[in-house]
Amino acid sequence: MTIAAAPGPAVAPAPLALPPGRYGPLGQLRSEWTKMRTVRSTIWSLIATIIAVVGIGAIASAVTAAHWRNSGFVDRVTFDPTARSLAGIFLGEIVIGVLGVLVMSAEYGTGTIRATLSAIPNRPLVLACKTAMFAFIAFVASEILTFAAFLLGQQLLKGSTPYATLSQPGVFRAVFGAGLVLTVLGLFALGLATIIRHTAGALAAYVGILLVLPLILQAFPTSWQNAAMRYMPLVIGERMTSVVARGEHAFSGFPLFSPWVGFGVLCAYAAAALLVGCFVLVRRDA
Amino acid sequence: MIEVRGLRKRYGKTVAVDDLSFDVLPGRVTGFLGPNGSGKSTTMRIIMGLDAPDAGTSTVDGRPYGRLPWPLHEVGALLEAKAIHPGRSAYNHLWMLAQTNGIGRARVDEVLGIVGLTDVAGRRAGKFSLGMGQRLGIAAALLGDPAVLLFDEPGNGLDPEGILWVRNLLGHLAGEGRTVFVSSHLMSEMALIAEHVVVIGRGRLIADEPVSQLVQRGSRGTVRVRTPQSDEVARLLRAHGAVVEPEADGSLTVSNMAADVIGDLAAEERLRLHELTPLTASLEEAFMDLTRDSLEFHSSADPSHRREPAAAALTPSAADHEVTP
Repeated sequence: MTIAAAPGPAVAPAPLALPPGRYGPLGQLRSEWTKMRTVRSTIWSLIATIIAVVGIGAIASAVTAAHWRNSGFVDRVTFDPTARSLAGIFLGEIVIGVLGVLVMSAEYGTGTIRATLSAIPNRPLVLACKTAMFAFIAFVASEILTFAAFLLGQQLLKGSTPYATLSQPGVFRAVFGAGLVLTVLGLFALGLATIIRHTAGALAAYVGILLVLPLILQAFPTSWQNAAMRYMPLVIGERMTSVVARGEHAFSGFPLFSPWVGFGVLCAYAAAALLVGCFVLVRRDA
Repeated sequence: MIEVRGLRKRYGKTVAVDDLSFDVLPGRVTGFLGPNGSGKSTTMRIIMGLDAPDAGTSTVDGRPYGRLPWPLHEVGALLEAKAIHPGRSAYNHLWMLAQTNGIGRARVDEVLGIVGLTDVAGRRAGKFSLGMGQRLGIAAALLGDPAVLLFDEPGNGLDPEGILWVRNLLGHLAGEGRTVFVSSHLMSEMALIAEHVVVIGRGRLIADEPVSQLVQRGSRGTVRVRTPQSDEVARLLRAHGAVVEPEADGSLTVSNMAADVIGDLAAEERLRLHELTPLTASLEEAFMDLTRDSLEFHSSADPSHRREPAAAALTPSAADHEVTP
């Protein structure tokens, strides 16, 4: 009746054949793909990103086209059709940050991190594969969306206002760069979530750095703002999407990095967050 | 086989595991007992390479967990109930784990069948009951067909039928020669499942022995005697050095004398006995005796000390039944 009565250690251990070699990145990448694909938050985040980037860009372009006749001289001179069609980028930055946070924090929130790390005990490998898979998905989605937003926006502007084409100087950089900025900010969020491990905390940190920090900075003397504003991720993102150098964006009064230097700074943020994340992931108990 | 040597782990000022050493051998179910907060889960997490010990080592088949070439094929674990993304289906939860260790879809279907979740495999795990979540966790543990299995409180949230199923499954796995290590704070459950037990309290090893031996240790060698001639029997046994205590129900509890001696003495004097039952402690009681000093959280009420007939010691369901010889 009881299992205790079953034959004991006399039984030979079951001969269980192991596959050759050992676990590696390929299986973990497949697993990360499955994880992304099989939860609704991925789909919803991507839908929200479409609405944010393409939708807001289209609305901004349509409104501009409708009111062009009534706009003043300064507005006309500083008008940047590329930036206008990419007006949704800052909302897109928030949404992709949410996705970046969730990709990691959901593992902690649900406890699946224990299963993940039991299956692949090499923690840097787990983080690297997760980062790579997220970067791939975020990059493909962001580029499709920024080009879609640009093309749709220019269609809406065409006929009423000056409009941009991809062959004009700086335009391709702005559109392609906008997708890169979204991708790298998503990676930055993933790094923050690896450090903080809680969805709410990581989101607060991300949104705080993205949106609240520039506001706080405005309370400081102008000399400080002149020195620091160019380092703000939001400012770097806006600079990337602008083609007219002293264009219309909110931070045009401050000294700014050139688009690619700014992008380098963003990459450094993301790399720092991911490296610290990797360090604490290895050091801490799961 | 799991080998744990000199394991120590502290969280802040709390010492969770203190110089713990034991082996878990293949081919039998080894119970891991201890009161709540005694360090069972910590020890299991250390074995799984999830928590790093402050001192000591733990190996699975001679290797630290982190060096296993195919962890899921070597060790399967159920560490916590419902550690599943609520939005992911049972199938996809298993599939994403399977992919990491090169396990095919056929095996995912197989383990879903073993735990009886085939019909709900496509449902989001967030809708699962605790018991279904537990079954899914067990399926994940079985995924790589591992030779070593760890289960932390596998009966949690399961209905009686589910508990019986887990018990049979664990016995079956051990019968196949696997190493099966099961934690519980419920002695009654452990008495039915385990053959060997490792008992810890406040992170320290208290016992590492067969269940039968643990039960004997807790026993004080008393015998219940029921007879229509209580006074004569009591007088006779006392005369031969036994300690006899009359019980409220008219029976006698005799200590310091073996049951066969009591029977022989009574026969010589032609006294009639209606019951002669050696009493051992239940595993529960043996466990209480062992861990009394190491309880993390004492309740003010004194745990009751009941003696159960030896025959029923391992079947608490029969504890309230009268056993007639």
